[in-house]
Parts: sequence; structure tokens; C-alpha cells
Amino acid sequence: MTSADLRTRPARPMVSPLPAARRARRDVQRGPNLTLGPTRTARTLALAALAVPAVLWLLPMAWAVLTAFKSEQDASDPVHWVWPQAGFTLDGFRTVIERGDLPLWMWNSFFVSAAVTLVTVAVSAAAGYAFSRTVFRGRRVLFALTIASVLVPPQMLIVPWFQQMLTLNLVDTYAAVILPQTVAPVMVFILKKHFDTIPRELEEAARLDGAGHARIFWSVMLPLSRPMLAAVSIFVFIGAWNNFLWPFVSTSDPALMTLPVGITAVKDAYGVNYAQTMASSVLAALPLVLVFVFFQRHIVKSVATTGLGGQ
Amino acid sequence: MSTPLAAPDRAPAGDRVTRPVATARRLVPPGLLFALPFLVLFALFMVWPLVHGAWMSLTDTSLSAHDPSFVGLDNYAEALGDADMWQAVGNTVWFTAVSTVPLVAVALAMALLVHTGLPGQWVWRLAFFAPYLLPVGVIGLLWGWLYQPDLGLYNHLLQAAGLDGFAWLSDKDVALYAIVVATLWWTVGFNFLLFLAALQAVPDHLYEAAALDGAGAWRRLWHVTLPQLRRITGVVTVLQILASLKVFDQVYLLTKGGPDGATRPVVEYLYDVGFTGYRLGYASAISYVFFALVVLVSAAQFAAFRRREK
Repeated sequence: MTSADLRTRPARPMVSPLPAARRARRDVQRGPNLTLGPTRTARTLALAALAVPAVLWLLPMAWAVLTAFKSEQDASDPVHWVWPQAGFTLDGFRTVIERGDLPLWMWNSFFVSAAVTLVTVAVSAAAGYAFSRTVFRGRRVLFALTIASVLVPPQMLIVPWFQQMLTLNLVDTYAAVILPQTVAPVMVFILKKHFDTIPRELEEAARLDGAGHARIFWSVMLPLSRPMLAAVSIFVFIGAWNNFLWPFVSTSDPALMTLPVGITAVKDAYGVNYAQTMASSVLAALPLVLVFVFFQRHIVKSVATTGLGGQ
Repeated sequence: MSTPLAAPDRAPAGDRVTRPVATARRLVPPGLLFALPFLVLFALFMVWPLVHGAWMSLTDTSLSAHDPSFVGLDNYAEALGDADMWQAVGNTVWFTAVSTVPLVAVALAMALLVHTGLPGQWVWRLAFFAPYLLPVGVIGLLWGWLYQPDLGLYNHLLQAAGLDGFAWLSDKDVALYAIVVATLWWTVGFNFLLFLAALQAVPDHLYEAAALDGAGAWRRLWHVTLPQLRRITGVVTVLQILASLKVFDQVYLLTKGGPDGATRPVVEYLYDVGFTGYRLGYASAISYVFFALVVLVSAAQFAAFRRREK
């Protein structure tokens, strides 16, 4: 209950005229539970309805983890397919880690994603500021062009990008993987929209003190935009971390592969070792899932604000 | 931010005029300087590839070494008569249709149920959203294993229930739907979070008003919640359709487009033509066919939106 509600609503009658109304109002008073009745049956039904998809969604992950802790022999035992005959083992993980490429790909993924995020956010924030707060010739046309390019699916650019990297002699370099991913017109749009919402009065004081655009951008706009920048950064990072097609096309050297590309290559190279395959899957999944466990609130907010293109 | 909000003696309307003239007249306007890094990357990796791709689509450029020559619209003429391409377009459209419905509906249902405030919010969100955080390589490995015909989980479960298993990924009539299910599992959490955020944004006073009017849980769902979600549902649907049209990763990793091209989407076809068949010119033409498809669908959605808003 917010103070605004208290102000705008007349005092409640002690006894409500209709039993239904009384019951409904009691629901409201229960707090976040606004859409569901308070009855035990309703809650049980909802819980059951929710438990079904939850089980269906958790099952594949449980199966992956279970397989990862089996020996290869137990993993491909068609009869005892649930509990391993030889007990649980860390052999799958040990083999995968000793092979050594998985940590390397994780590092590559981290490096590439961090670089993409850093460049994208810096460049998009500056452009967003330019489109929101400055005047120069061609600004409207350039912004219109930026918005229009949101329609361009990056997948259609892999052929010319590849040609470009051949010409620039960048095939199989980090630069080739990173650079094309840093063009994010949506992020420019989102940040421009965001800067538009910051009251101009806040810059006036700085401007009167003689601050130029650089100072205002750095010391007024960016600090005020910290939550939005965080949201955009998380979103870009997840996108880059999971990006597959372009890193797949632009790297053939295993030493440069990102995680999604690398573990796929392993599957083809090592054939059917299910326990090892699942061990590497679990390890590959771990970083971002752990981050989510600890920063759930931030990630949820990032997706909610950025996922809709800042709407 | 604790900056003093307004300088008392500032002239409200005149600041643009009185700004130091020197700044505005500098050789490069400061605004352009701010936009420049983005514009350079934009020109290099968006505008130029688009132009270059369009040019390549008019040539017989190949990855094997020979000088490309201009062939006019030959590539497009070939594409129009290319049964494989039409199959890929058909697969893409069908995948989009079949995947969008559950990806929106299931996400909405999950969000409504979670939003009822049942205990364990943290667990529900983790269960539904965590798969979205898995790199697609993991999706390929995990679902390839789940769908494994002899040892995979799903056939084990079916057999335990006395049913026949499926050759999930190698049966022409099943493979595309198996990929839809994997996609649903992987990405529904994203839409789920969008709906959840929208639900949290529905103003409390609407529920309170409805409750005071005696509306029960169902009527509140039907007359308050769902109408409030109409706009976001439209937006999520539009975004989902566009995302589904671009499908490639999980299809490529699970079936490589097979069996017999039964699951191959347009993006994989352009990849196959360009990077397996080395025909970059033709692949560029396919890219533009794909672009046309995306633009067409976007335009149709835009028109539908306009009509509804009227």
C-alpha cells in the first residue's frame, strides 16, 4: 500500500456491502497476490499448474547433470538408465578439463563478450548522446538510418563480413569475431530514448559553469544513466556470450573459438562420449547460470528494459 | 544526483542562442564527434556489407580463386527456380508459425502463474529463465542427447510408459517439431520475463478498484490483467516472429538441416551455399531474398498494428 493510495481513497467502510467484495478486498490486502483468490484450493491449483512446466523445464538440466557424473559405460547403459551401476564419478569432468580446451574457450568467450560489450556500450552511449542532445547537420538523416537498420538481420551479412575479413586479412583473429558484433543500432536507439528522458535542467548548472559536451556527457549524463547502462551492458554481454553464427563462420582455429563454437567442434571430433559431452555442457553452462543465481534481480531488470527495445 | 537543479538567473529559452559561437563554428561540430565512433563502425560493418552484398549478388563471386564477373540478375533468377531455396523458405515460415504460438502463449501462462505470488518465486524464475542463458552449443549437445533414440531421456520415458519412442531428429515428420520443442525450452524464459515485468507494471489501483466492485480472481484476470497485457503481447509476438524467422543455430547443431533438408531454414541455406558450396555470389542473392522475407513480414506486422490502433 503506498501513501498515494491512502490519499486518494476514501476511508473504508467497516463492513462491506457484498461478501464477494469483502473477500476480494482481502485478496488485495494480502500484498503481491493480486490476481489470485486467497482460497487454499486456488493456490493449490495454481501451484500444481506451475509445478508441471517447472518439472518439464528442470528435467533436461537434471538429466544433463546426472549423465555428467556417470562413467561412460553407465551413460550408455540402455537398461539401467537412471542410477549408474558403478556409482557416480568425476571422470567425465576430469577428462574434459585435462583436455584443456574448455577453459580456453571460456576465456575466449569472456574476452570477446567483454570487448563487444565495452565497445558497443561506449560507442552507443556517445552516439545516443549526440542524437539526443546535440545539433549537427545530417543528424536526423543519420538517426533515421540507424533506426531503419534495426530491420537488417545480422545473419544476412555473414557473407560480406567474411569477404571483408579476408580483404583486411583478419580471418581467425579476435578482431574479426568482435568488430561486426559492436554495431548495435537498437542500443543507440534505447540510449537516445533514455537520454531524452533526463531533464535538461540538470545540465544547465554544469553548462553555466562552462562545461562542454564532453564534461556534461561524462559527469552528468553517464552517472545519471548508471542503471540503464548496466541493463544495456548485461543484455549485450549475454547476446555476445551466446552468439554462434558469426563466431562460427569467422574462426577455424580452435585456439580462437568461443565456447558455443568450441564445444560443438568437440562433439564432432570426439564422437559419442555422452558423459564427457554432458560434463562439458555443464561446465559451459555454469558461468552464466551462476551469475544469474547471484544477480537475478539485475538480469531480470536488464531483460525487461532492454528486451523490448526500450519501450 | 545532488546537483542544484536550476541556476536561478538562467535565461530559460535563450540558451541555444547564447551558447558560445566558437563551439558551434568549430570545424567538426561536437555532436558529430560524439556520434563518429558509432558511425564509423556502422559504415564499416553495416552499410558497406549491405552494399557489397548487394553487388556480390549480381556477380558469380566464389571462395575458390577466380575473378568474379558480373552476371546481372542471374542469381536471383536461379533462386526463384531453386527448389531447395523454396523448401528452406517454407521451413522457415512454418517454423516461425509453429514456434511463435507456444513461445508467446506458454510464456504468458508461466508469467501469470508466477505472478500470483506463490512461494518460491526465485525457483520458478530460475527454472524458466536459466535455459535462455545456456550457450547454443550446450543446447545442441543437451538436446541431441535427450533426443538420442536408444539412450536418450525422452525415449526412455516413453518406453517406461509403454509407448514407442521416436527417431526425434532423423524422422522427417518429427524433426522440425522436435526442434520447436527444444527452442521453446531454450528461449521461452525471455518472453516470460517480459510478461512478468509487464504484469508487475499493472497499476495496483486497477485491481483494488475491481476488487471493490466485487470482481473475483477470474474476472480480475479477464477484465483487468489480460486487457492491460494486450499491448505487450503484441510487441512480444512481433519480436518473436522476427526472432523465429532468423532461426539457424539450434537447427544447424541438432540436424544440420536434415533429414533431406526437412528442417533447413533460409539462414542455413545461405550458409551452406556460401561456405560449403563456396558460391558467395549466389549466397548473397539468397541473403537478399531472406532480407526481403524479413522486411515483408515486418511490414505486414506494422500494417496489422496500425489497423488495430485505429
